[in-house]
Amino acid sequence: MKGHIHSIETCGTVDGPGIRYIVFTQGCLLRCQYCHNADTWEIGKGKSMTVEEIIDDLQSYIPFIEASRGGITVSGGEPLLQLDFLIALLKKCKKIGVHTAIDTSGGCYTNEPVIQAKLDQLMEYTDLVLLDLKHIDPKRHQKLTGKPNEHILQFARYLSDKKKPVWIRHVLVPGITDEEEDLRHLRAFIDTLKNVEKVEVLPYHQLGVYKWEQLGHKYPLKGVQPPAAETIAFANQILVKN
Amino acid sequence: MTQVLENVVNAWQEFRGGKWKKEIDVRDFILKNITVYSGDESFLADATNATNVLWKQVMELTKQERENGGVLDMDTKIVSTITSHEPGYLNKGLEKIVGFQTDRPFKRSMQPFGGIRIAEQSCESYGFKVDEEISRIFWDWRKTHNQGVFDVYNEEMKAARKSGVITGLPDAYGRGRIIGDYRRVALYGVDRLIEEKKNDLQLTSKTMSDDVIRLREELSEQIRSLMELKQMAAAHGFDISKPATNAREAFQWLYFAYLAAIKEQNGAAMSLGRTSTFLDIYIERDLQNGALTEEEAQELVDHFVMKLRLVKFARTPDYNELFSGDPTWVTESIGGIALDGRPLVTKNSFRFLHTLDNLGPAPEPNLTVLWSPKLPEGFKNYCAKMSIKTSAIQYENDEIMRPEFGDDYGIACCVSAMRIGKQMQFFGARANLAKALLYAINGGKDEKSKAQVGPEFAPITSEVLDYNEVMRKFDMTMEWLAELYINTLNVIHYMHDKYSYERVEMALHDTEIIRTMATGIAGLSVVVDSLSAIKYAKVTPIRDENGIAVDFEIEGDFPKYGNNDDRVDSIAVELVEYFMKKLRKYKTYRNSVHTMSILTITSNVVYGNKTGNTPDGRRAGEPFAPGANPMHGRDEKGALASLLSVAKLPYEQALDGISNTFSIIPKALGKEEETQIKNLAALLDGYTEKEGHHLNINVFNRDTLMDAMEHPEKYPQLTIRVSGYAVNFIKLTREQQIDVVNRTMHASM
Repeated sequence: MKGHIHSIETCGTVDGPGIRYIVFTQGCLLRCQYCHNADTWEIGKGKSMTVEEIIDDLQSYIPFIEASRGGITVSGGEPLLQLDFLIALLKKCKKIGVHTAIDTSGGCYTNEPVIQAKLDQLMEYTDLVLLDLKHIDPKRHQKLTGKPNEHILQFARYLSDKKKPVWIRHVLVPGITDEEEDLRHLRAFIDTLKNVEKVEVLPYHQLGVYKWEQLGHKYPLKGVQPPAAETIAFANQILVKN
Repeated sequence: MTQVLENVVNAWQEFRGGKWKKEIDVRDFILKNITVYSGDESFLADATNATNVLWKQVMELTKQERENGGVLDMDTKIVSTITSHEPGYLNKGLEKIVGFQTDRPFKRSMQPFGGIRIAEQSCESYGFKVDEEISRIFWDWRKTHNQGVFDVYNEEMKAARKSGVITGLPDAYGRGRIIGDYRRVALYGVDRLIEEKKNDLQLTSKTMSDDVIRLREELSEQIRSLMELKQMAAAHGFDISKPATNAREAFQWLYFAYLAAIKEQNGAAMSLGRTSTFLDIYIERDLQNGALTEEEAQELVDHFVMKLRLVKFARTPDYNELFSGDPTWVTESIGGIALDGRPLVTKNSFRFLHTLDNLGPAPEPNLTVLWSPKLPEGFKNYCAKMSIKTSAIQYENDEIMRPEFGDDYGIACCVSAMRIGKQMQFFGARANLAKALLYAINGGKDEKSKAQVGPEFAPITSEVLDYNEVMRKFDMTMEWLAELYINTLNVIHYMHDKYSYERVEMALHDTEIIRTMATGIAGLSVVVDSLSAIKYAKVTPIRDENGIAVDFEIEGDFPKYGNNDDRVDSIAVELVEYFMKKLRKYKTYRNSVHTMSILTITSNVVYGNKTGNTPDGRRAGEPFAPGANPMHGRDEKGALASLLSVAKLPYEQALDGISNTFSIIPKALGKEEETQIKNLAALLDGYTEKEGHHLNINVFNRDTLMDAMEHPEKYPQLTIRVSGYAVNFIKLTREQQIDVVNRTMHASM
């Protein structure tokens, strides 16, 4: 079983608990204006890697993973676009006792039975889902990411019904995702979920801008500055609570 | 006699007895009397007023020194010996621990026995002049180490030294890297130590062979130095002929012993050993008796460490360029696990690290934690916390050193483990293997000077470099280099023993000791990536009119060291094993045991300067990666992959240490402080389990460094770890600062 992989980061510490071996998959349906991995968008590109190759490599890092109570995080791109590969990979990880996390926007969720069955299977091998909720307002979500958010919220409910531990993450972009009303709506939605372990506010940063330039894309958030400390604190107050 | 016994009995009251009472055995004393501490840092006390006043004075003097061009004052008239100077004080009423190298703090002593030329140059470059009479004595009448070496060097040695294929040799400065067991003075008092040495002198063979003559002369010198040590202490008002009777005396006795060493030796690294847990036993006893409070205990540590921070040597700007700033490598080894499984962590292990708070961060003493996953959690977390806060700590793998060196070893300089008081090394700087590879390609000709330095075998003339051919020639070059290198070191150490013998340091060793011949290599990652390029890509040399390859065209990609990729990492492993095997073939001075380090200090910048374009794509003059580090910018899989490549290097083939400098921005360790601490401790556990040897931990943002380059005055204490030790960032040359800023800073977020 092969997957399309953008790259591997062996020392991730912000995408799940402990030290994480992070597999960035290639390909995404969303086109978020603030994306800092724009080079992972195009589907079918990247390096082709087998599950065995990744597991072999992962195993050399197990002392770090164990000492930090870390694990593997499959990020992207959108990992759910390669469901079969993802199932095979995480199944193997669980077999060798490694904690598994998926960092997803849920952007490709549907309730088609075939997909549902696969997701059900995937959840058997997934310990944690890092779920990006980019905007609670459908219209503004469409503008920000190029897609509506309805199926994403459905995915959140699906995870809630399954009682799968979730960390909700929200990227805070001044003028775009930091309106008080939206944040309160978002929190209200989170309150309807039964599986949220943690909510994280991720302040927007400009570290990925050079990738847009390299790819020849125009950067839509040109001139937008990272949020001020007070803005972050305010968002935390609404979203994170305790 | 009764009086003497009574003193000893008082000094040792309440200590659990053992073998240590009958023979000199500090380790046994520690193991019998240690109070292991497995809690956290909450017991620590703040700096006292006296500490704050003294440190303010130090900072003021430091500022004056900096404004004065790096040196405040130098002695130009008195040759430094153990008893050469009247006592000096910073603030006599406030100092709990006393003694400076000269009669004033910040005044550097004159030590011409290594070489009069260097002593003169050190003075002249800072606007001082050695007294004419002294110059005349050392030029005309009293031969130095440096002169001895050059009397013997042959043309080949001189050529290799000049081209930089062997470099950094201690032939004009003190070799250092010898750790006296300074604890012995506190535990036994000087009289007992003299008595033991006198005994040993009596027991030498009656056949006066070279060895016996040398040994008898050395023992006599050792005894004399111990007598002078007593005199020096007496001038400060202390009688150290008897054991220390309380904590303050233990610190003071131990410091006097160390002070005697640095008064007589301007060694490259004048390391302290493993003292904190030993001293804790005295503190614990006083605390139990109500003779000392925690504040007072911390004050002793702070004042002792303050003294260690003020160790200063007269050195030339060249030397400082090679080693960055003004390092003294007062390395103190902390923690580790005893052979019986108990952690050797005490409250004093915490107190030493706590000086980084009470006095602020500093490069000295070179705080070295002997790491093991079995250390108590509280201590691990505290170490990680202080690393994140100060970037002033280095870590070395106790799990791989203990089987080789037992549980009472210390680190000399950066990464050189040795049994305290039972082992010394002959410091051998390093061979530049990157240059040697170019010699292999160019038939022994230097790529920069075009001179024939190596043996004149046929150069490689093929259009594209063939891996097997290059390896064959490289093998011949390394064979030549290994022999020349060992022979050169033999000359140096013969002369150092003869003209600049470390008598007081050796007086604090057993008479029968293990000696190692500590060679080293520089340019590991450059050679490894070059060989990988030759093997996996297509490398075409570009030759000048003399047929010397001066540049290389690389077509195609190749695996690079630093990505946990066995295809290239195996080349690194083989290279280390291979060169070590070659070195072992050649006889060493005093039958010392061959060892090797992969450590460049910060001379990776200078070595890079002296080395032309290399087949890995590195440009001429560009710095090498420090120590065993991968070349910056070539790792693609993040920090752990880089660590794992280095951890593969076999420690048993490089027993003098494998240095790895790791820089990471705080956020890349996690979001909250607590997570950062946990992750850093886990990272050290993981590296230890993967049998990596040494890790310098730097945690800072690049912006901080850039700002410090522009506004040094804002960062008087900004400390960063370089290759096995720490430096004050603002004391680096601009070139070195740029090198540090450009290094890989793991920043994955």
